[in-house]
Amino acid sequence: MTAVAVGGLDSRVVGRERSLLRRLRYVGVPAVVAIACAAMYLYVQSQELDNIESRIINARVIRTAAFEQIEIALWATALTLVVAVPLGIALTRPWARRVTPIIIALANIGQGVPAIGLLFFIYIVLIRNGSTAAILGMAIYAVLPVLRGTMVGLQQVDRGVVKAARGMGMSKRSVLFRVEMPLAVPILLTGVRTALVLTVATAVLAAFIGGGTFGELIIGGQAQGRPLAVAVGSLGAATLAILADWIGGIAEDLLRPKGL
Amino acid sequence: MSTARAASEPMIRLDQLTKHYPGQEAPAVDGIDLAVPQGEIVILVGPSGCGKTTTLEMINRLIEPSSGRIFLEGEDVTHVNPDHLRRRMGYVIQQIGLFPHQTIAQNIATVPRMLGWDDKRVNDRVEELLHLVGLDPARYRDRYPKEMSGGQRQRVGVARAMAADPPVMLMDEPFGATDPITRERLQNEFLRIQEDIRKTIVFVTHDIDEAIKMGDRIVILAEGSRIAQYDTPEAILTNPASEFVEQFLGSGILLKRLNLSRVEDVHVATSEWMTIGPDSTAEHARQLLQQSGRTHLLLLDDQRRPARWIAEIDLDRQGGFPAELSEAGTRVQACVDSRATLNDALQEMLLNANGVAAVVDRDGAYAGTLDLETIIAAIREMRAKALDEASSTAARGVT
Repeated sequence: MTAVAVGGLDSRVVGRERSLLRRLRYVGVPAVVAIACAAMYLYVQSQELDNIESRIINARVIRTAAFEQIEIALWATALTLVVAVPLGIALTRPWARRVTPIIIALANIGQGVPAIGLLFFIYIVLIRNGSTAAILGMAIYAVLPVLRGTMVGLQQVDRGVVKAARGMGMSKRSVLFRVEMPLAVPILLTGVRTALVLTVATAVLAAFIGGGTFGELIIGGQAQGRPLAVAVGSLGAATLAILADWIGGIAEDLLRPKGL
Repeated sequence: MSTARAASEPMIRLDQLTKHYPGQEAPAVDGIDLAVPQGEIVILVGPSGCGKTTTLEMINRLIEPSSGRIFLEGEDVTHVNPDHLRRRMGYVIQQIGLFPHQTIAQNIATVPRMLGWDDKRVNDRVEELLHLVGLDPARYRDRYPKEMSGGQRQRVGVARAMAADPPVMLMDEPFGATDPITRERLQNEFLRIQEDIRKTIVFVTHDIDEAIKMGDRIVILAEGSRIAQYDTPEAILTNPASEFVEQFLGSGILLKRLNLSRVEDVHVATSEWMTIGPDSTAEHARQLLQQSGRTHLLLLDDQRRPARWIAEIDLDRQGGFPAELSEAGTRVQACVDSRATLNDALQEMLLNANGVAAVVDRDGAYAGTLDLETIIAAIREMRAKALDEASSTAARGVT
């Protein structure tokens, strides 16, 4: 009994420290990003922009780029989830034991291929629409972390828990949805967060196939020798990636089942 | 339930039940026939790999038998929907397997919810079960499993298995993962509960001492789940059917037999030692002590629980100040429940200097004393009975 009480106290103390850290992260990350953006804004304001620069660096272009990038990333992540989560579930079922290594190998190749090559391939061979091709490419790219998160999440569920659930007469389906999936959520979400950050960050490549995004500022600035435009585009892309990670972190905290 | 059929038909009957895994030479379970009578605890015990867990898991068809049939209350359940079958059988395993993301109350409510009970009925049942296993509902119902100790979790596991009041419980080394002290406590508690609920229980263990303590009947299994002996613990200890059984029982059969008798079964002396209440004066205590002619007397506290052994010399030292009677003498160390086995009692006594154990009832109140002589007499009686039985079986054998 004493050991339990002490254990409880310990975990409560650790819990408090963790929630303090968490609160710091909740506020700290957006604060740092906001400061960086504000600094960049003030710096740009202080500069005399030439004709080309002011065409690239203006509110309308930046807003459009941001929306394009977010749009591509969200669609790509959604597509990834729709494919990778059910696939991950299927591959952890006993009847799929034979095909599992093959699919995992395929997913590994998907991520092993250079992203830019994948994008050009899809654009040239399959879809002649820049943003759609980018969405598909990003989705293929992000399948692996979600697939792996789903599978590892399900595999680490205590076998005793599953056995007890089956032994009490829960059907396979309700064991999956009421026991295994909730318990897999924390690891699954880590995979989703990785996928989200990955797609947001690599979405800049869509600019090469006319998909817009902050990549356009970077490529345009580079091509025309305007480093300021490159800097603005890079900061924009980085900001989105960091915020995506931040939101992913909050989602992990909120969606984690109580009691774990 | 009180029909003739229910009385004659065993609760569970296995008919030539076999499990043969593909690619394996020998079957894991080779045609076991077993009848489990209603309301009894039947223990499956045997060396590891003998197929006892496989046999258990075929009863609720977590493992589908290769051949043979399973009957529950006379009904052939070999091919019914396994999920529905399992809801009629409580299931407790060593890992417990509580759902970590659900509260204790939600965990216990699992099967009743599947059976579609309404909220009120479920809540009442959860409350009742938590009381039954000795956990205060107000304190524990909304906790998560990780906030409980191992012993508490195992109690919840038992409560969850009993939630929908199934006639049958299957238990696979339910107390195996707990420390010896907790295990003994859980075993005693479970026996107390079983006295009231009278479930039909199939219980797997590898520990012969646990089997002897918990079982109404014991099935000793050899490899392939072949039954080496199926009988009451007394009969098995008295007449091991084969060398295999003898080996499995191990040494110290006589000591093991002490696990069969409980303190309440032997003579508990109620007037051997004088007792006094906490309100008595030292003067009164001294008088009693002199009257009794014994070396000590026993001080009970206000709830009649044995508190201290007091000798005359302790009273002198107190100088007759009645208020300090509760500080006099030595604390009672050997204290056994009347339901403890003689083996437990013997151990307690050996720890105690004067070789006497105070016996307490369910509520911890003083019920009498037990000394070494009584236990030795009980052993002698057992041995005489065993020899008697052995010779009468031998006599039957010749005719």
